[in-house]
Order: sequence, then C-alpha cells, then structure tokens
Amino acid sequence: MTEFLQQLINGLALGSILALIALGYTMVYGILRFINFAHGDVFMLGAFAGFYLAPKVATFVPLPSVAGALVVFGLAMAVCAALGVLIERLAYRPLRQRPKLAVLITAIGVSLLLEYSGQFCFGAANKKFPDLLPAWPVAKVLGLSVNSNQLIVLAVTGLLLFALRFIVLKTRMGRAMRAVSFNPEAAALMGVNPDAVISFTFALGSALAAAAGILYAVSYPSIDPLMGVMPGLKAFVAAVLGGIGNLPGAALGGVIIGVTETLVSGYLSSTYRDAIAFAILIVILLVKPSGLLGRKEVEKV
Amino acid sequence: MNIWRGQFIPLAALAAGCLLTGCNPSSPGTDAGSAVIKVGEYGSLTGSEATFGQSTHKGIQQAVDEINAGGGVLGKKIELHTEDDQSQAGQAATVVRKLISSDGVAAVLGEVASSRSLEAAPICQQAGIPMITPSSTNPKVTEVGDCIFRVCFIDPFQGTVMANFATKTLQARTAAVLTDVKSDYSLGLAKFFKQQFTASGGTIVAEEKYSGGDKDFNAQLTAIKAAGPQVVFVPGYYTEAGLIALQARQLGVTGPLLGGDGWESSTLIPVGGAALEGDSFSTHFSADDTSPAVQGFLQTFKQRYHETPDAMAPLGYDAMMLLADAIRRAGSTDAAKVRAALAATKDFHGVTGNITIDPNRNASKSAVILTITNGRLQYVQTVAP
Repeated sequence: MTEFLQQLINGLALGSILALIALGYTMVYGILRFINFAHGDVFMLGAFAGFYLAPKVATFVPLPSVAGALVVFGLAMAVCAALGVLIERLAYRPLRQRPKLAVLITAIGVSLLLEYSGQFCFGAANKKFPDLLPAWPVAKVLGLSVNSNQLIVLAVTGLLLFALRFIVLKTRMGRAMRAVSFNPEAAALMGVNPDAVISFTFALGSALAAAAGILYAVSYPSIDPLMGVMPGLKAFVAAVLGGIGNLPGAALGGVIIGVTETLVSGYLSSTYRDAIAFAILIVILLVKPSGLLGRKEVEKV
Repeated sequence: MNIWRGQFIPLAALAAGCLLTGCNPSSPGTDAGSAVIKVGEYGSLTGSEATFGQSTHKGIQQAVDEINAGGGVLGKKIELHTEDDQSQAGQAATVVRKLISSDGVAAVLGEVASSRSLEAAPICQQAGIPMITPSSTNPKVTEVGDCIFRVCFIDPFQGTVMANFATKTLQARTAAVLTDVKSDYSLGLAKFFKQQFTASGGTIVAEEKYSGGDKDFNAQLTAIKAAGPQVVFVPGYYTEAGLIALQARQLGVTGPLLGGDGWESSTLIPVGGAALEGDSFSTHFSADDTSPAVQGFLQTFKQRYHETPDAMAPLGYDAMMLLADAIRRAGSTDAAKVRAALAATKDFHGVTGNITIDPNRNASKSAVILTITNGRLQYVQTVAP
C-alpha cells in the first residue's frame, strides 16, 4: 500500500510538469487551431535561460533562496515570452493565410532549428542545472517520501492554471482572445487587433513553457538541448487526451499520462510505459474524439 | 603554435632528406602516391553521450599529433578524418560508410557505445577495413568478424568484477539491477553481474528497466526500495546515473549504487553531487595512477586541454597508438597486413595498461574500481584479468 501511494505521488509530480507544458500547447491551439511543435523547445530554452541567468542573478540576490529563485523564474519567463513573440512574428505570421499544413511543417522546422542551434550554442553535453531553491529536508510521512521539489511543482502548476483561467475568463485581453478564437474576422470588425492578441497568446504560452522548463530542470537537474523532445511529445498527447483547446483538460491529461506512466513503470515494465500511455490515448479518442473535456466541434460549411 | 612548430621541424627534416637522397614519396612500394595515412574516427561528438565522443576525440587527436611530431608512421603523416554520429542510432552506419567509401581510410577507430559500434562493425568487416573500438565493452562487437578489435576489457569481465566487489568487498547478499533496455552495453553488464552475483550466493531481489534518455526514475526506484536490496547495480551511462542517484537518495534508497565504465564522465559528479557519495564503478584508468606512462599522458593532456581526462581519452589515445604500432609492424597500410599485425599484438604498453589481443580480438587487461568520496573519484583497487 505504501509503495502504491508512493507511486501515486511520483506520478502526480511527473504529471503536473507535463500538465504545465500541455497548457501552452492547448492555449495556442485554442486561439489559432494550430499545434506549435516548437513548444517543447521553448521549454528547453526556458531551462537554459535559467541556467545562464542564475549566476548573474546570484551576484545581487543570493542563490539558492526563494527570492533568487523567483527572480530567475520571472526573468526566464520574460526571455521566453519575447522569444515566443519573435518566433510567431518571423515564422508563423507570414503563413497565417496559407493552408494549416504549411504552418504545421514550419513549426516542425522551427523545432529542429531551435534544437540544433541549441546544440551549437550551448554545446551538446548535458549540464548541471544550478540549485535555485534551498534543499529542504524530504518530508517523510507514513513511510512515504515527498520531496520539496515535487510540492513546489504541484503548487506552481496549480497556481499558473488558475492565473491562466483568470486571464482568459476575466480580463479584457482574455475576452479578446476568446473572440479571436471564435471568429478572427468578426473580432477584427469589432475593433480587436488579432495580431496583438496572437502575439500575447504566444508570449503567455512561451512564458508557461519557460516556467515548466525551470521546474523540470529543478526536479531533474541535468539539462541538454534535446531535453524538450520527449516531454513536448508527451505533453502534446496530454493536451489531446484532455481535449485540446481546453485548459483544465490539458491539466487533467497531463496528470493522467504522468500517473499511468509511473504505475506502468513501477508495476509492469518501463518498456511498455509509452505503449500503454499511447494506447490509452487511442481508446479515449475512439470513445470521445474531442478528448475528455473537449467540446464537440461542428465543422462549419 | 607549439603544435605547428612541432610538426614543422620533422617535416622540414623529411623534405631535406628527400632532396639529399632524391627519393620520391610516390615511388612504387608506397600507397598510390599519397603522402599521408588516412585514419577514420566516428564518435558521439554531439547528442546524449557527447562527452564520450569528445573525450575520445581529444585522446585520439593527442596521439595523432604526437605520432606526426615524431615523424609519422612509415615516413608518412597520419591524417585523421573525424565524423560525428550525434549519439543517434543509424548515424554511425552512415558516417562509417562515408569514411570508407568516400574518404578511403586505411582503418577506423570508434565508438564508445556498443550499440553504435555494432552498427559500424559489419560495414568495416565487409569492406575488410580494420576497426578498433577504444571503449565498447559488449562482447558482440568483436564477434562481428576478424577485422574488429578493441583496446578495452569486455562486459563479462566488468560485470564479474563489480559482482565480486559487491559480494567480497561490500559483503552484500542482496542486490537490485536497474538496466537501460535501449543499450546493448547495459544489458550485457547486467547479465554478467547477475550471473556472478548469484553464483557467489547472492540474491537479485529486484530487476527494473529504463530507456536511455529518461529523466524520471522514481517509479523504478520506488519498486527497488520496496525490495530492500543492499546494493543497486546501475550499468547505464553517466547521463542517467547522476539523476538516478539523486532520485534514489530522495526516495530513501540507502545502499551504495554500483556502475560500470559508462559512468565515467566529467559531468557525472556535478549532476549527482552529494547523492553519489560512496557509490563505486569499474573503469579502465585512474588519474591517481603514478606509473610514468599515465603521468606522462596526463601532463600532455592537461597542457593541451586544461582539464583532467576521464577514461575515454586514454582509451582513444591507446587505440590510435596501437593502430600506429600495428602499421609499423606490418610495414604497410595494406588492410590485411595491418589486420594480421593487430591480431598479433602482445604486451603493448598503453596508458590504460598492458594490452594483449586475445584470439577473439579482445584486449586482455586489468580494471580499476573507483569510489566517489567527498565529490572526488578515489582509486580503490585494480583487478587483474
């Protein structure tokens, strides 16, 4: 029983990071109906931004400390937000009126560009991610060990999910985002600037990816330029599983994938881990093609 | 600059010699008019095992420069052709084909990872080009054919050494094994460790698996913790070993982790940190070794690269030096003659020990065990074959 509970905790911690990445996928999809395959690489750049910023930040705020971690977090999110806007501006905007496939292929191109420029600029070898937070003693309750990083990941993911929901549902910009998502032409006629809204969406999505990248690097402190590939793919699956375009769906999908993978690795064999996670995806999509929480879309004629 | 000067003097001497005697470098007897001997190297210069490839390359390059500074082999310079396989399956075969068919190399050096050596070996075998792997320890590599050699020990030896270390030195009766299912190297080491450990009366209480490139091992380690082993054998690569150690200690797995030469990398300790304290692994070479061969190599290496080498660099160095020695003994770069000379190698004095090539084209030599103490690699013992 203890072992099972421990596995659940492990799965929840893994799942909440996937959830955070999945949020970025789902948000861009919700607005643009397009899957940003470079998202996993922005996640990687977030971790590297943290890696290079941490020594600079440490000169005026001591690291590891909570304040220092927050500064690194904020700066890396800002760097990636700017980068997200830049990627959209240079790679996706010129293709917006073209077939969706063109943008999709471009996204894969951007993803490869970021991965291999990363290898060129940062070096291919894995690097130790600096300690941002003081090492708190690992909490041991009833023979279970909960590590401080796992709690932080869980808390930050929850917090960002609520912040995101607030932005989308309660602010002017959020209303504009929903309007563009619904019908870009009509929104433009009503005085919404779709370019600004789309840029903002990319900034927000990329900032989330940066947050996820740093949380991932704090939990697994070995970073390399290809670190975004697998988590990016899994998070994409999580977003589809939960219903792509739906924020709570992405979070739910992430947790389901994380827990399934952990339980399969722990009780069966890690060899079947990905196979079973993807089989679940297929079954859910067969039963409910729009994903767990996705709304049914009516194809406009 | 030093390198330039070092190369220039013998080159000038050679040119002067030619003028005096009137010899012609492309006269019959030397190969097809080329003044150099081309040697191919393929390795993981980028990708997940990048430090392996880069470190090996530094060792090989140092050997090439030393050979050329000393006048080359058979009066010719060594020209090194290096190709990157990006640590990716499939790439090794592609780049080795290029080295053989397009660059026309006389011999091939590489890889570290057994999976990729196994990809390239059949290609070299088919072309009849000798291949020396500096550090692939899986037995299957040299079984490919009579053109494939190695300068390192093999998995049965390494797995047995670590099993004996666990049962004799650490007095462990129970062990868990955590294997990388993507790697032939890891599977081989695990197999021989289990054989020897159970043969010495121990019990394997848990066998878990992961795939190279994973970052989360909590699930497997939780299962291992529940089985309560005294030692955990992790025959994987450094990329994962540091993270495995971190997560194992966070979950409360207490026994020491043991590994093989795949742990050997300058990024192991920065990633694993204090979690690696007391863990041990077997490898080819210790920088604490006081023998003149090791210290001489270390001194030049540190001058060139301003760092202390891991085991991959001296193995790369030895592979190149052994090849040069074999070409010298063969008196030609003819592939069949070089192959025969390599097979006849006896008691070659390398930096990583004395190498004798056995009938299966494997190097028979000793292993060292290192333990991580106070964030440093500490030499524990040398185990003879």
